[in-house]
Amino acid sequence: MRITATVNGEPRQADDVWEGESLLYVLRERLGLPGSKNACEQGECGSCTVYLDGVPVCACLVAAGQAQGREVVTVEGLGSRDALDPVQQAFVDAGAVQCGFCTPGLVVAAHDLLARNTRPSDPEIREALAGNLCRCTGYEAILAAVRLAADRNAEVAP
Amino acid sequence: MTSPAGIRTESTADGRIGDSPLRPDGTAKVTGEFAYASDLWHDDMCWGVTLRSPHPHARIRALDPGPALAVPGVYAVLTADDVPGRNAVGLEHADQPVLADGVVRYQGEPVAIVAADHPETARRAADRIVVDYEPLPAVTDARQALDPSSPQVHPGGNVVRHLKIRKGAGELSAPVVVSLDFAVGMQDQAFLGPESGLAVPDGAGGVDLYVATQWLHVDQRQICQALDLPPEQVRLTLAGVGGAFGGREDLSMHVHACLLAMHTGKPVKMVYNREESFFGHVHRHPATMRYEFGAEPDGRLVYGRAEILFDGGAYASSTAAVVGNGGTMGLGPYRFPTVHVDCWGLYTNNPPCGAMRGFGCVQAAYAHEAVMDELADRLGLDRVAIRAPNGMREGDENITGQLIDSAAPVAELIERVRDLPLPPEPGQARDLRNLPGGVANTTHGEGVVRGVGYAVTYKNVGFSEGFDDYSTARVRLEVVAGEPVATVHTAAAEVGQGLVTVEQQIARTELGVERVTVHPKDTQVGSSGSTSASRQTYVTGGAVKAACEAVRALVLARAAALLEVPAAALRLEHAKIVDAGGEVLTSLADLLGDDAVEQTVEWRHRPTHPVDPETGQGNAHVQYAFSAHRAVVDVDVELGLVKVVALDTAQDVGKALNPAAVIGQIQGGSVQGMGLALMEEVVVTDGRIRNPSFTDYLIPTILDTPPMQIQVLEYPDPHAPYGVRGVGEPPTISSGPAVAAAIRQACGRPLRRVPIRPEHITGVR
Repeated sequence: MRITATVNGEPRQADDVWEGESLLYVLRERLGLPGSKNACEQGECGSCTVYLDGVPVCACLVAAGQAQGREVVTVEGLGSRDALDPVQQAFVDAGAVQCGFCTPGLVVAAHDLLARNTRPSDPEIREALAGNLCRCTGYEAILAAVRLAADRNAEVAP
Repeated sequence: MTSPAGIRTESTADGRIGDSPLRPDGTAKVTGEFAYASDLWHDDMCWGVTLRSPHPHARIRALDPGPALAVPGVYAVLTADDVPGRNAVGLEHADQPVLADGVVRYQGEPVAIVAADHPETARRAADRIVVDYEPLPAVTDARQALDPSSPQVHPGGNVVRHLKIRKGAGELSAPVVVSLDFAVGMQDQAFLGPESGLAVPDGAGGVDLYVATQWLHVDQRQICQALDLPPEQVRLTLAGVGGAFGGREDLSMHVHACLLAMHTGKPVKMVYNREESFFGHVHRHPATMRYEFGAEPDGRLVYGRAEILFDGGAYASSTAAVVGNGGTMGLGPYRFPTVHVDCWGLYTNNPPCGAMRGFGCVQAAYAHEAVMDELADRLGLDRVAIRAPNGMREGDENITGQLIDSAAPVAELIERVRDLPLPPEPGQARDLRNLPGGVANTTHGEGVVRGVGYAVTYKNVGFSEGFDDYSTARVRLEVVAGEPVATVHTAAAEVGQGLVTVEQQIARTELGVERVTVHPKDTQVGSSGSTSASRQTYVTGGAVKAACEAVRALVLARAAALLEVPAAALRLEHAKIVDAGGEVLTSLADLLGDDAVEQTVEWRHRPTHPVDPETGQGNAHVQYAFSAHRAVVDVDVELGLVKVVALDTAQDVGKALNPAAVIGQIQGGSVQGMGLALMEEVVVTDGRIRNPSFTDYLIPTILDTPPMQIQVLEYPDPHAPYGVRGVGEPPTISSGPAVAAAIRQACGRPLRRVPIRPEHITGVR
């Protein structure tokens, strides 16, 4: 089947998509967007978190056909090497990245949290990110990154 | 297209040793650009999948690939008959077939591989391969494996290694004796990036493999044997690695992808899903242990006795070395006049076990720390008072008779964690998210009891028992666009720990340049050994330092000749040649001109030695690293639920080359250790894994994880480069036993098995 969707602001099309493919597979293998990660492919780890019509979802649990005509934003759409999103910059600066496989999903999840709650408490950060597994950091630096991004956002727009 | 070109990381930021510069790959990782092994893509590539055994032990009577080959889109179906070289691989013993040859010895053993134009096509084709199995009796318990009447998993019997340690002439008796049994379940590394790679045939009979691994050269050696090719025709490049923790030390899809690529003439990508990953790599050895410590009435240890059984599963992997660690360090960082240890590694038909962070010491630490607590209780001492005076000190001999010839601050470490502030006592209104059971709303504080536990450990750094544990570094200094640039080329795997950052820091420190490029990690340079055993900063760090020194000596000799001054009076600083007084004599760019200075160095730490086969005595290890943990837990003693409230560490790291990365290692390692105490177990019954998914194999989330106070001590090891001491493993060893001890204190039950389940805490069967 053919899938068309708006991905990171651009109209995109994928042809010959098998009906069983996930949105994650289409993004990674057909649209050249491997930033969303394939750590469990069963909705447990959050590494493939993307926005679908503005709502964070596990792309591995979305059938490709469900994305037809909708708007998808992946980690690649949040910022670029020369223009990082404040959440991305904070993850780099706070040392929240080790192997980095969980990072794209955490960046999207944290981005969503800060869009809803500009000054989250630590328990609120923990609850919001509880669906994203990280095996390297022990999460302390991830908490620090989210706090740092919130602080910087507050400086820009008090 | 994501080109499989290897990952080159550049940085111009400042940051010498002792600083904490940002990771050079950090930006690529937060934007999604960083190319992990599963992200690789090649024109005209196809997909490989693996058919695995459903039986823990069976004979293969017949295998018919015909129905799979008939599926449109399938390019190849390969079996043991298609392995051109030796159909046997393995880290220490080549006892594991690339593809099963007539018999399968564990559930999940690879039997056949398929290449097709779509991963789902390949999976469906693999399901159509007809295999006629005759199930055989299986050995599924380590003690059963020791019984001579049990089936033999391999022709040589079921013992992989038996290590005996006998020290001291004293009797195994004492005024106070504590003995207990302990069992540790099978832990999974649970790295997030699944096993994956891309094999590209070169059209001339060779192959290039881009793969996530911990040790490129040990992979290359095994692949060459299986493919019957020389190393020049099997070239490996490290793809982005999504964590490792020991689980990538053995081969997974490496030979399979190469076989399919060479057979089809096409690039072949293989990516395991999470379920396959649980079958596709070794796990931490489950252990059953019997411990007995004797002490004087004042608490001084008199003797230690232990029997440790490691279930190695169906193939040897690194079981022999795990036995070496579990035995030689099995009594913990304490001083024992008399010692009697027997440590066994056994073949069974369970999933193969091998390397995981902590490597044999993790299991033993649960037992020796539980004994020390029991001893303290018997003697009316507190948990610190039993450990501090018995703790190892510099100048002591350990249980293999090796002199501890650098810092061993056991007493200081445990006293430091004791003296850290405790978390506040809970108030009246408690946030559900901080309570056992969390937002499941199982308690508002009623039935919740707080407990505190302590543990200490020591762990060897580097490969041991006589292994030639070297690393190779090539360093090049040249002028690019008017500026001196150092390029560091090693094969040392960056798996997330931050070695690429440290390699740059060392080059900046030694060569006085700012711009440092880390060349892609590949087999075009000599081996750096494994990214394991907490060894890369020490050993590859040592190699990079030595190669930089060799380059620097050549540069300064050139300057000395040009300037007609003795080289000994010159230094390299801020890309300038300066004299002893710091006066600039010339710039590095002017001195080098168009010439590049390059040196390759093979670097070795002090040799280690095999232990005596009868007594286990000998200088088995090159360095020891020490850590202590204090855990504070809230336990719902009615429901058996646990919330870890604090998990604090003190650790001696010798010298922190990158303090921020050191903290990251301690935080991450502590949480992995906590996971084994609380929740992580590959449940195996009758040789079959019951929970191969992240739905059923739980690792700590951010809600399970407490804040951590960390004290980093820096007592330099005079024998190590910059005084460094390995960092990565100790926190994974001492954190879990501290959590278990805290839960024991809260609920009052002995808890002689981890992970601790709710029914163990409540006593409900």
